[in-house]
Amino acid sequence: MSDHAITLLDAVNLALARALDEDPNVVLLGEDIGTNGGVFRATDGLKARFGERRVIDTPLAETMIAGLSVGMATQGLRPVAEIQFMGFIFPTMEHMIAHAARMRHRTRGRLSCPMVLRAPFGGGIHAPEHHSESTETLLAHIPGLRVVIPSSPARAYGLLLAAIRCDDPVVFLEPKRIYRASKTLVEDNGEALPLDTCFTLREGSDITLISWGAMISETLTAADRLADEGISCEVIDVATLNPIDHATLVASVSKTGRCVIIHEAPHHAGMGAEIEATLSEQALTYLQAPPRRVTGDDTIMPYYRYEQLYLPDVDDILIAVRETMEYSG
Amino acid sequence: MHEISYQGEIRLTRYLDDQGVPLGEMPKWACGDSPWVTYYQQMVLARQFDTKAISLQRTGQMGTYASLLGAEAIDVVCASLMQPDDVLVPYYRNHAMQMIRGMSLTQLFLYWGGDERGSATPEMRRDLPNCVPIATQCLHACGVATALKLRGEHQAVLTMIGDGGTSKGDFLEAINVAGAWQLPVVFIINNNQWAISVPRSKQCIAPTLAQKALGAGIRGEQVDGNDAVALHEVVGQALERARAGKGPTLIEALSYRLSDHTTADDATRYRPSDELKAAWAREPVARLRNWLHSQGLWDEAREQAWQAETRQMIEDAVKAYQAIPPQTVDELYDYVYAECPAGLSEQREQARIRQQRREQGGTDHE
Ligand SMILES: Cc1ncc(C[n+]2csc(CCOP(=O)(O)OP(=O)(O)O)c2C)c(N)n1
Ligand SMILES: [Mg+2]
Repeated sequence: MSDHAITLLDAVNLALARALDEDPNVVLLGEDIGTNGGVFRATDGLKARFGERRVIDTPLAETMIAGLSVGMATQGLRPVAEIQFMGFIFPTMEHMIAHAARMRHRTRGRLSCPMVLRAPFGGGIHAPEHHSESTETLLAHIPGLRVVIPSSPARAYGLLLAAIRCDDPVVFLEPKRIYRASKTLVEDNGEALPLDTCFTLREGSDITLISWGAMISETLTAADRLADEGISCEVIDVATLNPIDHATLVASVSKTGRCVIIHEAPHHAGMGAEIEATLSEQALTYLQAPPRRVTGDDTIMPYYRYEQLYLPDVDDILIAVRETMEYSG
Repeated sequence: MHEISYQGEIRLTRYLDDQGVPLGEMPKWACGDSPWVTYYQQMVLARQFDTKAISLQRTGQMGTYASLLGAEAIDVVCASLMQPDDVLVPYYRNHAMQMIRGMSLTQLFLYWGGDERGSATPEMRRDLPNCVPIATQCLHACGVATALKLRGEHQAVLTMIGDGGTSKGDFLEAINVAGAWQLPVVFIINNNQWAISVPRSKQCIAPTLAQKALGAGIRGEQVDGNDAVALHEVVGQALERARAGKGPTLIEALSYRLSDHTTADDATRYRPSDELKAAWAREPVARLRNWLHSQGLWDEAREQAWQAETRQMIEDAVKAYQAIPPQTVDELYDYVYAECPAGLSEQREQARIRQQRREQGGTDHE
């Protein structure tokens, strides 16, 4: 499997296979990841190919999965743990926050915790309750935890390889709404992408649109429509939420003078707030209009029948951009 | 010198064999038609509900659904033995319990149709809503039991969990505190042998899950979860002990998940088909029917009539479900806090406008 058009989900599988192949220390663990290949099939075929010592079905216990991973990682393994849905990531928090994030710091570098915690997240697939939330901000707030979110097959491949090779703990959140949304060519060349940079997906001069994960799709669609109206959008995929590459964002907004931040997670204390604060600190004099946020509201993610009422859409972005363009102080 | 500090044993209760033939002389309390005919009727209703729910999901009229196929006896007997003022703390596979506790079939369809109002029905009294994050319900059940105990209420709490869920800390913490505080709670393990694709044997090396009770110092036992008579005795006694202040019980009900894990799952990827076939030969509904037949308490005519009646009930419930108008946008905001805070009211206002815009076809049609 290489060099042909694949989905984001295939790209995750491809990167996992590559990592297992190139490094005997890489071990996959999680619920239903073996014979079943994961409930989304992200690990499909990997147990058959690499054996049950490398691709391990665990007992049903997320605290255990995270705690085991911490211990394994301190001994030089590179555990890549799957949490079946982000809604079930909370039991891992004690281990991720109280241990994984600070192992290097506490031991002044004697030990480290090179583990990856993968989880699908976000709404839009008609899933049952607790299967659709976006709580990336909770994790991005923790010093020592890297939080990475791909938004295309190529970035899923390159960023996941980077996450696995990284010497720090990484939470790798996979936007499941776009798991199978489109196929693009991904070369299985083993090349990782950097974890310290945003990705500028499209250059533009009038306004900067900043997003990540599944909302990148709506953002790009909006940018196309706005181009037809004569509005030139720069589109940036933040990709790594912590530690975040503020420099790219500040440079872009300093150039365009305007910005709309788009995320599915709730508005309050979301990553958009962090980005806006930094822009107000570092790009205020360049701003021609107040930065805007298009986000989920500060309510509980609705059950599936009403999830579209919650999820931001292309129109929401168009309106925010047009209003920002029309702003005259 | 060594001495034995503790020795435990786990009892398994069964009265009917796989085909519904008594394994020995039936106890006196098992004679007569009550409650067995009612149990049977409820089990048939539960199975028909299940079939309908799956077909609604398959035809896009309902969301992902967790079938209870194979667990009908466990659910029906547990719920039937509960008193109205006992408290049910369910997991996500307890539709028949909820139905017997007063939730209408329509409400059940509504919940699985992705609508919060499915958990709002007043007939659920103080029962907790479905619990999806595995094993967390066990601790809530202990909290509910603590409330009952502190208030001096002589009622019981019943909660259920899957075999996989018993691997989670929450479950072990729950049985531990239930023992330490002698809480009036009954834990039922629906051991259907699978946790999605992970078989029972990979969860825990102990030969029974009931023996986890021994570590918590509480009563633990196994029961044939496809045998309504055995369940009736074992669960009934546990509930009575709880109400009488005699402490918690852990009951491992041995059964089998005859369905896929949910409608989103495909069990053929991981489960041997001969195992499933063998399990069908032990299933609870036919087993009880055979026993009722042999006692002259049920016959083909009653079967036909009841099947028709339940089909009608379910058709009516589906129609009622489909006729329920959608929630308003406001309902997404009104229940987050006791009172809607200022910022959220503003978002609610914007959401109304947005909803209108969407109904009118988006920004280009303004
Ligand atoms: C904390 C948590 N982790 C993972 C899941 C996803 N999940 C849903 S059901 C299930 C398997 C449960 O198996 P078991 O406990 O045996 O109950 P069953 O569904 O078989 O009745 C899993 C892993 C979840 N709902 N909650
Ligand atoms: Mg199970």
